[in-house]
Amino acid sequence: MGYPHKSHARETVVLSKHFGDADAKSFKGWVKRGGYEALKQAQAMDPPALIEEVKNSGLRGRGGAGFPTGLKWSFMPKEKKKAHYLCVNADESEPGTFKDREIMRWTPHALLEGTAIACHAIQAEVAYIYIRGEFTEPFQVMQTALTEASAAGVFGKTQIYLHRGAGAYICGEETALMNSIEGKRGNPRIKPPFPAAAGVFGLPTTINNVETLVAVPHILKNGAAWYKAMCLSNPKSTGTKLFSVCGNVQRPGNYELTMGFPLKDLVNDLAGGVKAGRTLKACIPGGSSVPILNREETESCLLDYEGCVEKGTMLGSGGVIVFDDTADMVYQIMRLARFYAHESCAQCTQCREGTAWTTKILERVLSGQGKMKDLDLLLDLSENMTGKTICVLSDSCAAPVVSGIRKFKSEFEAYITGKKRPAAA
Amino acid sequence: MSTVEEYQPVFTGKARERLDDILSRYPTKQAALLPALWMVQEARGWISDRAMTEVAEVLGITPAYVKGVVTFYTMYHQHPVGRNFVQVCTTTPCNICGAEGVLQAFLDATGAREAGATSPDGNWTIIEVECLGACGFATPVLVNDDFIDGVTAEKVPDIVKRYR
Repeated sequence: MGYPHKSHARETVVLSKHFGDADAKSFKGWVKRGGYEALKQAQAMDPPALIEEVKNSGLRGRGGAGFPTGLKWSFMPKEKKKAHYLCVNADESEPGTFKDREIMRWTPHALLEGTAIACHAIQAEVAYIYIRGEFTEPFQVMQTALTEASAAGVFGKTQIYLHRGAGAYICGEETALMNSIEGKRGNPRIKPPFPAAAGVFGLPTTINNVETLVAVPHILKNGAAWYKAMCLSNPKSTGTKLFSVCGNVQRPGNYELTMGFPLKDLVNDLAGGVKAGRTLKACIPGGSSVPILNREETESCLLDYEGCVEKGTMLGSGGVIVFDDTADMVYQIMRLARFYAHESCAQCTQCREGTAWTTKILERVLSGQGKMKDLDLLLDLSENMTGKTICVLSDSCAAPVVSGIRKFKSEFEAYITGKKRPAAA
Repeated sequence: MSTVEEYQPVFTGKARERLDDILSRYPTKQAALLPALWMVQEARGWISDRAMTEVAEVLGITPAYVKGVVTFYTMYHQHPVGRNFVQVCTTTPCNICGAEGVLQAFLDATGAREAGATSPDGNWTIIEVECLGACGFATPVLVNDDFIDGVTAEKVPDIVKRYR
């Protein structure tokens, strides 16, 4: 449901059913709502059968990359020779995305249950839930829930621990997150080796996003076929997904939709559209790291992995940022570039220098000191920042810059030619 | 005579027990570094060089390594901050909803001259923070450990009064 708003008739409410229901936060309340039944079911299953069921559901990672979850689990060594770990990525920091926060605030036991099921599937004794440092309230809620559920003994031999981050966007990258748990700087690692071979503490590890794991109990309870049937467009994108809508809309919030739902309807109907008298200018459908859509593209985009790719963008984390005609695209793209410059771990030259220079050049354009050739310079710089680094933070900075210059070029030119008054950066 | 205060260790008594419990969760001692730094900051308000040395001794790593980690993570304070530490999100989604006005309102209401600076009475440090992960509740603000949603410039004077 679109917490804090009431559920909309066009939503498919599965994961978000208990958002806003304080009683669901307690262990008793969760059990009363059918909680931990799926965990019991899973504990009675053989891990390979459990993995097969999740594979059959078509569930794909909700953190951004959309990798098939069952397949990822199947990469873990079948024959267990060393300790196995599960890392839960609750380092939600992608601008525009605030779904995992609501999952943890309202349904902490759903995450714990999904975590315990995943541990059984990959034969992990220990799970670390890595929660970003700024999420003080979700951390408290999760801590209370973990204490209650552990006391009730529902996890068997599985140990679940919370690990608090300390303010670094890059720790949402899976290998950086593992380094951070190990007590290191959050620098991403070169792959291979992949986490299933050598992850946290050099041991076989699976890492899953919060939203991915909370879908798993529903798949076990209702069956893979039920989950797979939730699909409005491409059969490769199944189930429901939480879309966080923010920016210039009248009813920002989380909306849970069946995959393949039209972006236009999410923005205009469910989220109430832009304010009266204003018009939609642009939309970023999958968190700040994906290319920006213009109005026409927004109106024809379907919200699933393939539908977004068809429009030259990505579904990402499902963070929908809406811009109306009052938004200054040059300023906002500079603001995004500044975000990436601030969050770069500075390991790779292309990223460390590229994000900083992109920001500087955009600030120059905003100050009225830009030249036409700066736009080509930005595009050239972006090309050198794409596909050349250990992780994709650098690519993520380039995506809004390149799409922004292509689609909103006149706004950049207005600053350069002096048609628009300089803005303070 | 030097009047340098003697350093009081953080990890004694109950705090040491808490750290030992944390250490039991990981196969290496170093993995307790982030939690240990959080404990220092909770106890002292910031993380001094001397505290980094203590953490290094307790976890069997070098002070230089600890400093490398402290400087990587933006939430660890390497200098004392005001009694109230305010983080205002000004990243794009909040920015288009007026976050810079909220930041300015905090500066005006507290007397802190600029983002990052502490007010002359030592009570307030206001900073701009990158994405707090609550974009649908623009503008989110963290005052110490309290997460406040939906802050507008008009609401700021009341919030400041509450923490004064």
